[in-house]
Amino acid sequence: MAEILVLVDHLDGTVRKPTLELLTLARRLGEPSAVFLGPGAGAAAETLGRYGAHKVYVVDAPEVEDFLVTPAVDALAQIAESAGPAAILLPSGPDGKETAARVALRLESGLITDAVDITAGEDGRPVTEQSVFAATYQVTAHITQGIPVITVKPNATAPEPAPVTPEVEKWDVAFGPAATTVKVLSRTPRERGDRPELTEADIVVSGGRGVNGAENFAVIERVADVLGAAVGASRAAVDAGWYPHSHQVGQTGTQVSPQLYLAAGISGAIQHRAGMQTAKTIVAVNKDKDAPIFELADYGVVGDLFQVLPQLVEEIERRRS
Amino acid sequence: MKIVVCVKHVPDATADRTFTEDGTNDRGSVDSLLSELDEYAVEQALRIVESGVEAEITYLTVGPDDAKDALRKALAMGGDSAIHVSDQDIEGSDAFGTSLVLAGAIERHGFDLVLCGMASTDGTMSVVPALLAERLGVPAVTHLEELTVEDGTVTGRRESDSATVRVQGALPAVVSVTDRSGDARYPSFKGIMAAKKKPLETLDLADLGIDTERVGRTGARSAVDTAARRPPRTKGEIVAADGTGDAGLAAFLTAKKFV
Ligand SMILES: Cc1cc2nc3c(=O)[nH]c(=O)nc-3n(C[C@H](O)[C@H](O)[C@H](O)COP(=O)(O)OP(=O)(O)OC[C@H]3O[C@@H](n4cnc5c(N)ncnc54)[C@H](O)[C@@H]3O)c2cc1C
Repeated sequence: MAEILVLVDHLDGTVRKPTLELLTLARRLGEPSAVFLGPGAGAAAETLGRYGAHKVYVVDAPEVEDFLVTPAVDALAQIAESAGPAAILLPSGPDGKETAARVALRLESGLITDAVDITAGEDGRPVTEQSVFAATYQVTAHITQGIPVITVKPNATAPEPAPVTPEVEKWDVAFGPAATTVKVLSRTPRERGDRPELTEADIVVSGGRGVNGAENFAVIERVADVLGAAVGASRAAVDAGWYPHSHQVGQTGTQVSPQLYLAAGISGAIQHRAGMQTAKTIVAVNKDKDAPIFELADYGVVGDLFQVLPQLVEEIERRRS
Repeated sequence: MKIVVCVKHVPDATADRTFTEDGTNDRGSVDSLLSELDEYAVEQALRIVESGVEAEITYLTVGPDDAKDALRKALAMGGDSAIHVSDQDIEGSDAFGTSLVLAGAIERHGFDLVLCGMASTDGTMSVVPALLAERLGVPAVTHLEELTVEDGTVTGRRESDSATVRVQGALPAVVSVTDRSGDARYPSFKGIMAAKKKPLETLDLADLGIDTERVGRTGARSAVDTAARRPPRTKGEIVAADGTGDAGLAAFLTAKKFV
């Protein structure tokens, strides 16, 4: 069966959920092989095998952590040249997209970014689906040249296990001069709270300018915690310094596709919509009945978020007890 | 030193954008402007010069005739000159075709630093800076929120989804900046007037020695099969806050099994 390469996204060896989604999609096209860069492959191999990776290529070289993006390009391009896969899948995100673009250029391949779904076409080659123009259009496309290189957005599919015992292959990459040109001087991990990650969460509760202050975000967090949700924010709230940029939802922030998106004190500007319009269910709380966010909402409450949200928490807790 | 800022003329993102019948972005249907995300790159170029680095700033765009408007807008903010690459055969290019043309024009002009925005507001692929660096054979220091250029290097800060990373590369390099790198200035009246007199060179593919087969629709490496407007989300139930516990919202969330 055709080999499909999947670039693994991991944090110190802990495989992140989007990678499991990629492995699940890859099985529609052929037999997935994972490409694992950096230390920690031991524990990861088991997880990758559980989601159907028949093979794990491991590149445990210091270059991968000491330099930006290009070591991954060398690794992936060299493995692809030798393995001759039927497709290469990577997680969408700044690093994944850059890696994908460079790999495609080196392999003289075509590239599709930000796919939200992949299926096998009539000839078995991948057909992608993308949401474009702030998610107002749905586009299907295919690659016409070389090995298809595709980046996939988080939440494109639900990860499904298909356990196998993977063959682990250590791979020595011959790093070219471009691999070591952009040095990582320091890396400060961001503090990870107990809440789910924005891109991976089933529910996202977001606050905007209407939250009106950093300390008021506690109101949003309360709702998030009672629903087991991640916290998001509009750019207006982030620019005001009320919440960290890593939580920004939208065109220049994170694009989420959760089961439920609850927007409070957010007007629904096109750039914000670009990051949340594909949510399954949208709920809005806004004191302006004409706010554009209501056009998208499956359920909307016209009112003051400082009244509506605490009451919602109370009501949910009452229903649960 | 030579700074080249790549800018794109894009359909207004707040307008209703559509596709042409052959599946490319229909640029004729709405007003276009300088991509807002490229304004941040223009701003950083100007700040580098203002910080005392001796440099000449040139804007570069690839696009149809009216793409000149994006160059004039950038020149009105500041900077010295502009290059417009325009050719019938470029129409329909993907990121590979576009980056080939940009790289050709950059090499012809000469460069120490190429500045780009983090993505275009229409294509949103975010891959042109990396492709340019790959083609030009120079470092790509991308997605910077903060940068300094000194002693032949560019150093900056970038936010990955799990960490803050400080990175450094030697010039010549390609750099992209995010919308958090610093607010872009508005052109002054004087700036707008001055822009009209600044040199603007127009080039075509022959000037760059680029084979027409490698760009446009023929050179594109992917093809759109279908483009359909997503069914508009149907507006749901909108209720006034009832002030008595918003049982309606809680009931909705319970019915959808979120509670
Ligand atoms: C290139 C570019 C990229 C951008 N990228 C992004 C992006 O990634 N993400 C993003 O979010 N934006 C982005 N923006 C900005 C976007 O255009 C909007 O400015 C921003 O989304 C507005 O945020 P907001 O809805 O919180 O604020 P506003 O538009 O000011 O809306 C605030 C809302 O809160 C309501 N409100 C106020 N008080 C209360 C209350 N007590 N109770 C209930 N409701 C209340 C108001 O009625 C109003 O509707 C981008 C813009 C540009 C140009």
